Amino acid sequence: MYDAGKIISGIIIFFILVSFPIWISAASGTIGDVPELNLPADEEQCVEDAEWMRANHMDLLIDWRETVVREGVRVYTASDGKEYNMSLTDTCLDCHSPKAEFCDQCHDYVAAVPNCWSCHVDPGGS
Amino acid sequence: MNALYAFFAVALLMLVAFFGVWGLGWNTLFAVMIPYAALAIFIIGLIYRVVKWARAPVPFHIPTTCGQQKSLPWIKSDRIESPSSTMGVVARMAMEILLFRSLFRNDKVQLEDKKRVTFQGNRVLWLGGLVFHWSLLIILFRHSRLFMQPVPDFMIFVRDIDGILQGLIPAVFITDIAILMALTYLFLRRVVFPQVRYISLPSDYFALFLLLGVVILGVLVKTAWKVDIEGVKVLAMGMFTFNPVVPEGIGPAFYIHIFLASVLLAYFPFSKLMHGPGIFLSPTRNLINNSRAVRHINPWDYPVKVHTYEEWEDEFREAIRGVGLPLEKE
Repeated sequence: MYDAGKIISGIIIFFILVSFPIWISAASGTIGDVPELNLPADEEQCVEDAEWMRANHMDLLIDWRETVVREGVRVYTASDGKEYNMSLTDTCLDCHSPKAEFCDQCHDYVAAVPNCWSCHVDPGGS
Repeated sequence: MNALYAFFAVALLMLVAFFGVWGLGWNTLFAVMIPYAALAIFIIGLIYRVVKWARAPVPFHIPTTCGQQKSLPWIKSDRIESPSSTMGVVARMAMEILLFRSLFRNDKVQLEDKKRVTFQGNRVLWLGGLVFHWSLLIILFRHSRLFMQPVPDFMIFVRDIDGILQGLIPAVFITDIAILMALTYLFLRRVVFPQVRYISLPSDYFALFLLLGVVILGVLVKTAWKVDIEGVKVLAMGMFTFNPVVPEGIGPAFYIHIFLASVLLAYFPFSKLMHGPGIFLSPTRNLINNSRAVRHINPWDYPVKVHTYEEWEDEFREAIRGVGLPLEKE
């Protein structure tokens, strides 16, 4: 092999660069951390099916926001026929409070930053 | 026709992943084993190809230059386009790798009124290529949030800039739109221009369709067929610690996305996609143009046995003199 020093160091630099997430995570010591959700003890069922909510809650919240603000309708009829008050702070956070123990767990984990809290307050937070 | 072969190949791959997960429930195979295998093939294949290239000797400096070579002090030389120092080569390579300098020179040759040949700068391919590669880099960087715990602020900063167009929730990323447009252009140019279509092989289309498939599914898992992103990160982090768990309920679109990405990764070392590592090893770009200042000797030159005229004359001096022929040395 010609220029072995340059070739080998080039390959090593490439693999160190592309594996930077591993080094950052390993250095922080939190590599194995997973979100821990504080689930409500007295409720069995979320507004919709939990699996659906996990992937699509943001669409539901945007839908609620637009229905309330633009049409003034505050009643949401879930797919199982139950009716809910369309409110982030009164309905969602009634069970899932404080947000630091529910929303923030996954949102911080996957670095998804919602803009809910630029207007809404977190009633359970200090 | 070539495009159709490639299209059906990618469509088949998508169907394999879809039926494997949705029909047969082989979630672990598609989420853990195939990505691991693809990563192993990528790493070993990449090293193998690069080392194989490095075994080819480049005895002489053969840069293709676009500027005045360094010669006499009063002749102005182009230190980057015809580099005379290592720094010049570094600058030249950086321009080539980061900005695709030589593609920027792409010219279109045209016959004007069947009388005159004209050359015109054609920067569309350069723009399409540049937009595609930079978008891909930023998108890959954005994906690092799924492999990092905690996610550093600079990653969130890049994501926020990329998602500055907050038209929809979740944000539509500038790079997602840009890469789709660039890939569409890179595909269309192979179909629309007869000259390019003529030289396009199934492998050219295959790489494009595979990338398009990965990107389109990547956009879909964020918008239309949303998947449980927290589950995806649990899976990704588990793979890093060699303790993978496949969470329930990640939608099938994710599995197709990761399967196509795995195929792309495994296909990389055996394909034209190796132009990425290859650009670093281009002798016409990465060598100093100093063949007049420094003598480069071919390393496998062996000592050639020569017989000079002077030696020949010494050998036959008497015979030459005998027939009256002139001699160099009496």
